[in-house]
Amino acid sequence: MTVLFDLVLCALMLLAALAAIGGRGLFRATVFFVAYGITVALAWVRLGAIDVALAEAAIGAGLTGLLLLGAVARLRRAGAPEFPVRAGLVPALAAAGVAGATGWVALRVPGAGGLWTEAGEALPLSGVENPVTAVLLNFRAWDTLLESIVLLAALLAVWALAREEEWEAPVGPPLHARPGGVLEGMARLLPPVGIVVGVFLVWAGASQPGGAFQGGTVLAAVGLIAALAGLVALPRPDSGSWRTALAAGPAVFLLVGASGLALGGLLLFPPDWAKAMILTVEVFLTLSIAATLALLVLGPPQPRRMP
Amino acid sequence: MTGSVVLFVVTASALIGIGLWGFLVQAHLLRRVLAFNVVGSGLFLLFGALGWRGGGVDPVPQALVITGIVVALAATAVALWLVGRFAEETGRADLPEDRREDRQEKSSAGGRP
Amino acid sequence: MTGEVALAVLLLGPLLAALGCLLAGRQGSTVALLALIAGAAAVVVLWDGMLRTGPIEVRLGGWGAPLGIVLRADGLAVGFLAAAVVVMGAVWAVARHDFATPRARDVFWPSSMLLWGALNAIMVSRDLFNLYVGLELLTLTAVAMVALGRGPGAIEAALRYVLYALMGSLVYLLGVVLVYHGHGTLDLDRIAAGRSGADALALGLMTAGLAIKTALFPFHAWLPPAHAGAPSPASALLSALVPKAGFVMLVRLWFEAMPDATPPAALAVMAALGAGAILHGGLMALRQERLKQILAYSTVAQLGYLFVMFPLVGGAGAGTAGAAEAWAGTQIGAFSHALAKAAVFLCAALWIRAIGSDRLADLAGLARAMPLSCFAFGMAAVSLMGLPPSGGFIAKYLVMRASFELGLPGWGLVLAAGGLLAAAYFYRPLAALFAREPPRVQRTPRLLEAVPLALALAAAALGVLSQPAYDLLQAGAPAYARGIGP
Repeated sequence: MTVLFDLVLCALMLLAALAAIGGRGLFRATVFFVAYGITVALAWVRLGAIDVALAEAAIGAGLTGLLLLGAVARLRRAGAPEFPVRAGLVPALAAAGVAGATGWVALRVPGAGGLWTEAGEALPLSGVENPVTAVLLNFRAWDTLLESIVLLAALLAVWALAREEEWEAPVGPPLHARPGGVLEGMARLLPPVGIVVGVFLVWAGASQPGGAFQGGTVLAAVGLIAALAGLVALPRPDSGSWRTALAAGPAVFLLVGASGLALGGLLLFPPDWAKAMILTVEVFLTLSIAATLALLVLGPPQPRRMP
Repeated sequence: MTGSVVLFVVTASALIGIGLWGFLVQAHLLRRVLAFNVVGSGLFLLFGALGWRGGGVDPVPQALVITGIVVALAATAVALWLVGRFAEETGRADLPEDRREDRQEKSSAGGRP
Repeated sequence: MTGEVALAVLLLGPLLAALGCLLAGRQGSTVALLALIAGAAAVVVLWDGMLRTGPIEVRLGGWGAPLGIVLRADGLAVGFLAAAVVVMGAVWAVARHDFATPRARDVFWPSSMLLWGALNAIMVSRDLFNLYVGLELLTLTAVAMVALGRGPGAIEAALRYVLYALMGSLVYLLGVVLVYHGHGTLDLDRIAAGRSGADALALGLMTAGLAIKTALFPFHAWLPPAHAGAPSPASALLSALVPKAGFVMLVRLWFEAMPDATPPAALAVMAALGAGAILHGGLMALRQERLKQILAYSTVAQLGYLFVMFPLVGGAGAGTAGAAEAWAGTQIGAFSHALAKAAVFLCAALWIRAIGSDRLADLAGLARAMPLSCFAFGMAAVSLMGLPPSGGFIAKYLVMRASFELGLPGWGLVLAAGGLLAAAYFYRPLAALFAREPPRVQRTPRLLEAVPLALALAAAALGVLSQPAYDLLQAGAPAYARGIGP
């Protein structure tokens, strides 16, 4: 029965992927991509990896879908034409070759067993109960630190696209919500709920699935809805308070990591203090991730003139 | 679940192939970004499926995949805003070298067609 | 412990400085300067410590492989850390006067610090996935710099860059997934200790991905427009430093992590691609009318030199003095290319500011108005051509000697051909600069002209100081490249 479920799920994933890539019309392709992302998140649920399922649904399908929809609208305004897929034997063979070789090697070469044992043995010393959080914020904290910086680098690259004269303008496209409309009603209702969910995801991440990135994404979504409805003014890229929000998480992470030098080593979290240190980092990181993601979706400052 | 793991490994490999194919044959920039994301999620799924054992996935690949998803989002955001800006300047959503039908137009690339 | 603190300064310092630049706005360049001074001191401490006690290893968080991430500053890493801090410092001095608008300033200073931090992180990391995250950070900061360019082609160049980079990183990551499956670890040394049936495919995928990111021929199409289109001080960073990160990763994979998975034919293919890069980059450079495009194609060619090393270090001669010479020669070549290429791009930056163009025709007679920078350009060009006295010459000499000693003279001849091509494509800008024509130019502060001159002198000095460089590179070198001595 479960194998049958997985069979259907895999078929859906492949169909949605094909429709997203080869389907007619950019808007439709994007919708299929979001559907695809949801099936992939389901696959992660089936594998019992709820942390990844949450990340895939919120970031891989949700935020990526939002970015794609924004890009589709922008391309339409720019009048960029669409055109059909080019056929060709060589690309098809190359793609099939890589996929076939990968699948073959993955199935035929015996696995080395991964790091289950090592992670399990080290978990009691990590300060958290969720092994995925332990890997992210303790065993491989350097990856996660760099990853939070990657988001910031992406935002700088997006801001680099502003035209010189637009730097003083607020970020994102001009937004108008009808006063008293559905969006505004939703925007008044959703943020409190969203903030609770976001904070819960971070808090729960220590012992259950969730964490700074998933929680930050939910908070970013709340902020975006509030901005869409006009309840929050969009900031300018040179806003000092927003820049502080962007920098706070990575800065706290860097300082806590450096303080490890006094405690015995770079990025070292002594078991007795690990929980407090990790939670401190996570709180600030969530704030910064939420700010960075929201600004990434809003994009560079854009002119306010009416079309 | 062992049978399902094989199924997921095969599906993930196929997703990588589909995405790669899309990336190679598409000239439309937004579709290429989309294809990139299909390759990415297929690759992550492969990582997870290979780490599956008795009811869960090796926590290390899980953490790496979460990092990978965030990095992919960052790259996607940069690419998509670049595509939008490029289209606003040129009225096109493909790079000059990928335009098959109007090769002669190449010298005037940058102007509106 | 001193070594660990020095590494912390080089890894966390630039990232903290980037956050500081973001908050400081107008004072961004001051924050960057403080980080650079601290970084330079840290490089000196690391270099000294390493020569006394060998490579410095740090197990982050105290975990160690396979669960945690290990960093190691070996000779190769410290050499690149030093080259990076020198180039960053020179770029700082010139960029301080460019990037005057709020947008350019607010993007450039944090991005340049992130770029430096990413480079440092890659040079010392021993973990395949950590290297991936570092490489992504490096790429995104590089794309931000290209997008800062004002020319009409800058957006297109940044877009092409990001597309190539996206695919390159996924192909690399696919290889990493297979390595983890087969080895159960991501640590370079632990991978080297075992074998897996997945190695060949994994290495092939990782190599393809990194070749795209390093702009190895024929995956180089993204590089010339990006490096020519970025603001010139940024071009200096992009051309001198960024492609070296992928190269170092390739070297670590081929000679440290999987030395047994690389058949002689594969080593020869890498060198053949390098030869293709030398010829194609050189010929394309000959055909350009703009200085920055000549310099960008020159980078394509010079990156090719680095790959000629592969069959010399890893082939039948592995472990001999010849292999050690090829190893040292190639890395010295990479360092001197970093210094000399940064020098010529900074010259271009000064000249574009002075005359508003980098067309060869517009550069005519510039040597009379700006003699110092034109002299610096000439000296750096000498190093890039591989003529004595320069680091470029010693590099080429060592690799050529190795190729003759190992009975593979063909690869040495490729280097010689590359030198001739470089002389040819540098002739035209040099002829224009020193032409007997009155230049039309605004005055530039002499002090600024001294910046590229200092870099060019450093590239020349590498030719004299090849012995210390050789000793440095032997520290922690893989067994393949540990010879008896030059």
